[in-house]
Amino acid sequence: MPSFRSSRLPRGLRITLLLSPAAVVIGVFFLGGVSQAVAQSFGYQPFLPDYHWSTDAYRAIWLDPAVRASLLITLRVSLASTVIAAVSGVAAALAIRGLRRGRGWVTGLFQVNLAVPHLVGALCMLLLLGQSGVIARLTLTAGLSTSPAAFPQLTGDRFGWGIIAEYAWKETPFVGIIALAALSRGVADLENAARVLGATQWQRRRHVTLPLLAPPVAAASVLVFAFAAGTYEVPYLLGRSYPATLSVVALQDYRDTDLSVRPQAMAVAVVITLLTTVLVIAYLALAKRLSGRPL
Amino acid sequence: MGWGRPLLALLIAGLLLPLVPLLAWAVSGQWRYPGLVPQRLSGRGVRILTDPRSHVLSGVFTSTLISVSVAALACAIGLPAGRAIGVYRFRGRRLVQFLLLAPVIVPGLAVTLGIQVFFIHYGLAASTLGVVLVQLLPTVPYAATVLGAAFANLDLDYERQARALGSGPVRTLVFVTIPLLRPALILAGLFCFLISWNEYVLTLLVGAGQVQTLPLLLFAAIGSSDTTAAAALGVLVVLPPLLLIGLAGRLLAGRSGAAIGLGRL
Repeated sequence: MPSFRSSRLPRGLRITLLLSPAAVVIGVFFLGGVSQAVAQSFGYQPFLPDYHWSTDAYRAIWLDPAVRASLLITLRVSLASTVIAAVSGVAAALAIRGLRRGRGWVTGLFQVNLAVPHLVGALCMLLLLGQSGVIARLTLTAGLSTSPAAFPQLTGDRFGWGIIAEYAWKETPFVGIIALAALSRGVADLENAARVLGATQWQRRRHVTLPLLAPPVAAASVLVFAFAAGTYEVPYLLGRSYPATLSVVALQDYRDTDLSVRPQAMAVAVVITLLTTVLVIAYLALAKRLSGRPL
Repeated sequence: MGWGRPLLALLIAGLLLPLVPLLAWAVSGQWRYPGLVPQRLSGRGVRILTDPRSHVLSGVFTSTLISVSVAALACAIGLPAGRAIGVYRFRGRRLVQFLLLAPVIVPGLAVTLGIQVFFIHYGLAASTLGVVLVQLLPTVPYAATVLGAAFANLDLDYERQARALGSGPVRTLVFVTIPLLRPALILAGLFCFLISWNEYVLTLLVGAGQVQTLPLLLFAAIGSSDTTAAAALGVLVVLPPLLLIGLAGRLLAGRSGAAIGLGRL
């Protein structure tokens, strides 16, 4: 330690002062937002004198078939798009690394979607997958369908195909970039060492490459799942109002002219928060295995 | 590796081809089912963008104003926080780490529903200021995390030398620390700008439909029957992020701490 210090303030006070502007933002908007959602889900209403505490909202959403259907479609859509994005992202990263020439511009093309907002992605999927979209027109030209109605419903459908397609399309490059970054860190040296020791290509991939890729790809997948479970505009535009994903249900209930539904909107918001907070903890646990270096 | 290349080509085609109908719709005058290409091309989509009645130009102004303010504020608030988490080891650091990650991952919609009434009560709803403030929720933690990683790699001896040579704390910050952190600051500012540029639901909730950023205009256009107008607006919304990410690609390489921002877009 040098004899002079950059400040005479005690260390603890210094750290507190440095953190305080960010703490105000997170305290007011995040902690304040979460605690207000919890309080209002139990019946509290700010600025109104006559409210009473109750667990009615949770009982109502527990019994509501729309919320059960919503939980199901939210988990299905998030899980399916995460798996597709993870598998194709890793496959793309391995293939890109195997290129001898043109790796730079191939990576550039691969990354284009990173910059596309989800809202524009949703519009692209509507124009592509809708019943009078480009794919429907191609099937008509190829003689596979006869009219817009004869083409399977891929947007505004019960299963959520359009939503899954948008997330998978948008998040594949994200997982791919994370995997490429992980592959660039000395993995080739380890693979060569395994080769020198007599490992076959399959053994190298199975016992060297994939174990090194697993933690960062898992962490990226947690992020993809959380974003897929929480965005509003994509399921609103590409899904239907029943069954809708949790975020769509929360905003629908919140904007209901009947104010007595509002505690239920808050209860759904609390469910989303709990679901994604578990993912935050999972992410931090994974990041710790990445030698304490968050993604 | 015989299958690698065809698979990669197929995958990249699958990633890029969905953008083609968007571009084609933006310049089409007429594209009836079941035509595979537009029956007629026209500049109508582009003209709508500059037509004052479509409010697109004022949307560009509102979006730019909000995104630049959010990026600047998030970096200004994230810089000291990044110093605290990057330089010091203190008790409760894990908790701070959690609180800096949670707002990036937990959906803003779920967190903001509960405090919307407060924005209304304090006159911040339906105002640009209110929208800028609520957008600090996803951006400040992100900026603090990226800058924290940069501070952890910063050699503080440069600052000590400047101080030993008689430079005050402000001069040291402006002429030593900030130049050394320049790449991380550019990256943090850029991603905060993009997160704000793409934000829809927080703007909708707090702006109450009065603060018309480009994503709000685009959402309304998608709901209308004019596909050409929606597609042209969609292309306009994509262009700045595309250019900025293209420029930032080199900065991003080897700096995986910032990559989380890509997932937030």
